[in-house]
Amino acid sequence: MELKEKLVSSFLAFEDNIDVHSPVHDIRTEAIKTFETEGFPTKKQEAWKYTSLNSILKHDYSVFPKNENALEFKDVKKYFIHDIDAYKIIFVDGKYSSYLSQTTHDGIDVCLMSSALSKPKYRPIIENYFNKIAPKNSLSSLNTAFSAEGAYIHIPKNKLVDKPIQIIHFSTGSEAALMLQPRNLVVVDENSHVQIIERHQSLTDNPVLTNSVTEIFADKRAIVDYYKIQNDKQTASLIDNTFVNQKQESLAKVHTFSFGGKLIRNNLEFYQNGERIDSTMKGITIIGDKQHVDHNTLVHHIEPNCESHQDYKGIFSDNSTGVFNGKVVVEKEAQKTNAFQANNNILVDDKATINTKPQLEIFADDVKCSHGCTIGQLDESAMFYLRSRGIPKKEARALLMFAFSNNVLDSVTIPEIKQRITKIIANKLGVNIGFEL
Amino acid sequence: MLKINNLHASVEDKSILKGINLEVKPGEVHAIMGPNGSGKSTLASVIAGKEEYEVDKGEILFEDEDIDELGAEERAHKGIFLSFQYPIEIPGVSVTNFMKTAINETRKAKGMEDMPANEMLKMIREKSELLDIDRKFLSRSLNQGFSGGEKKRNEIFQMAMLEPKLAILDETDSGLDIDALRIVANGVNKLKSKDNAVIVITHYQRLLDHIVPDFVHVLHDGKIVKSGGKELAHELEAKGYDWIKEGVGA
Repeated sequence: MELKEKLVSSFLAFEDNIDVHSPVHDIRTEAIKTFETEGFPTKKQEAWKYTSLNSILKHDYSVFPKNENALEFKDVKKYFIHDIDAYKIIFVDGKYSSYLSQTTHDGIDVCLMSSALSKPKYRPIIENYFNKIAPKNSLSSLNTAFSAEGAYIHIPKNKLVDKPIQIIHFSTGSEAALMLQPRNLVVVDENSHVQIIERHQSLTDNPVLTNSVTEIFADKRAIVDYYKIQNDKQTASLIDNTFVNQKQESLAKVHTFSFGGKLIRNNLEFYQNGERIDSTMKGITIIGDKQHVDHNTLVHHIEPNCESHQDYKGIFSDNSTGVFNGKVVVEKEAQKTNAFQANNNILVDDKATINTKPQLEIFADDVKCSHGCTIGQLDESAMFYLRSRGIPKKEARALLMFAFSNNVLDSVTIPEIKQRITKIIANKLGVNIGFEL
Repeated sequence: MLKINNLHASVEDKSILKGINLEVKPGEVHAIMGPNGSGKSTLASVIAGKEEYEVDKGEILFEDEDIDELGAEERAHKGIFLSFQYPIEIPGVSVTNFMKTAINETRKAKGMEDMPANEMLKMIREKSELLDIDRKFLSRSLNQGFSGGEKKRNEIFQMAMLEPKLAILDETDSGLDIDALRIVANGVNKLKSKDNAVIVITHYQRLLDHIVPDFVHVLHDGKIVKSGGKELAHELEAKGYDWIKEGVGA
């Protein structure tokens, strides 16, 4: 049976297990219909021209993992940013692990989507926010249909969350092939500030396909600082759908660090519903072998006096492929918009590929929009400079690639993340510059 | 130490050096002066091993070895150092980490172990004091956002750390105010010994008031057209380069 049919027929069984009086029952039913009609996206669609899902859809994924697997913290510690205190929402094979987690209801809610969907006290938030900005396309709808578990974060107004929140989805290989559909909801009320770190991590070589949806709502003057660390096994694939809705004077930043996995597609969309909003998205992609990473971004400037900043760097080796498709829409009312977009790439090997496409749709006349894509080799004069100091060619190249990607980290506000990413980059590029990390 | 015989070099088929002869012995300071476009920076880059430049004829011997086939890093390992006219900005790599890498790669090439961390720190402290460099400066990204003076001082700091046998200072004085010039020149003078040599490339004589040369050479159209003692620099300062050009033309 093809994956699509399997999913559609599984939905009936899934519905049997959950409360039909749930506030999202109708939304799920609607969503599975959308998915059934549309199916998985294909290369015929413009937004999927350079990314084919065929190779990852062929496995016989189990949709509801049966076994619950306990993990010891010491065995998975390295996947945590463990040198800082943090709230933790941890899932193992799609199931919540209370043992590895540290949630809270003390003034803020850092807990589970499953309880938010079932307990009456969360109902107003669910009704106001759940599935409100996720577009009704096939992959988001598929996730919505099966949405049952994930992170639920609600920060009431005027709260500065004292420590970052880590969300990690582990898969243990208990199934021959596993499909996960985590659903996260992040609601940050007026004047509040939160930092979130998200990671998907497979622990075996069994295939894993994750189709994740995260909806983020940043109210007036809220600050949301979100980090995605994508450094998974070569047998794990991720379709990450993240949607951010911002109100006036809010600041939302999403950093995406893509270093591993078989195929990664990041659909990242920002909607600016208010004035003086700042949306920032940055990414570093360093891949090799036959890996494929696709960044598909959208910033929708709806109101005046807002800014957006996009800065994506990519280094592609071997037969790897990168895609960057950055769309910026500036509505007629959105005067005085400042929108910047940069996508710079280095192709290390002849067989590596990057497809980069800026897409600007500007309907306002008083705006500053810039975009630039580069695909290049390393600067020869910089190479000469390093070599003239005794650094051999190979090391000089690595050091320059390190410098090329590393400056995206300037906007990272958690020093431990900066250090961790710096270290991963250095390892990836084979740079040994004696950091005190 | 350095012996250049009838050196012809070109870039993209454009001939720039047209027969240079120069000998530099340990303990000597040579100044190479000349108008813009005479080939001064090309000479520096060719000695340091920049790949864009093609040596068409002649040879460069360093300690009696022909270095034409050696890459820039191998020349550095042998003790050749070039202070860049326009140092390159390398974001994300601190001055300290850069120096550690350079020193340890050089040691590795010589079959030595990495320099112990405490020794490295001690050396960094000593050499940064020599050039009046603030410690905070050392943790900044290499050359990024540095002023002209800071860049040049950083070049000489690198020279101090790498302790080359032959240092080539390419227009190290350009963009320096008088205080920065004095600091840089003092640094160079303190590093001078009977075993190493310095080639100062400059357009103006003012750096040579501080780093006093034993020999001055005038480069014009890819050739050394006049050589003399330090008084030649003063003469050039007073008369400009035109009399040299005329002399050559005549």
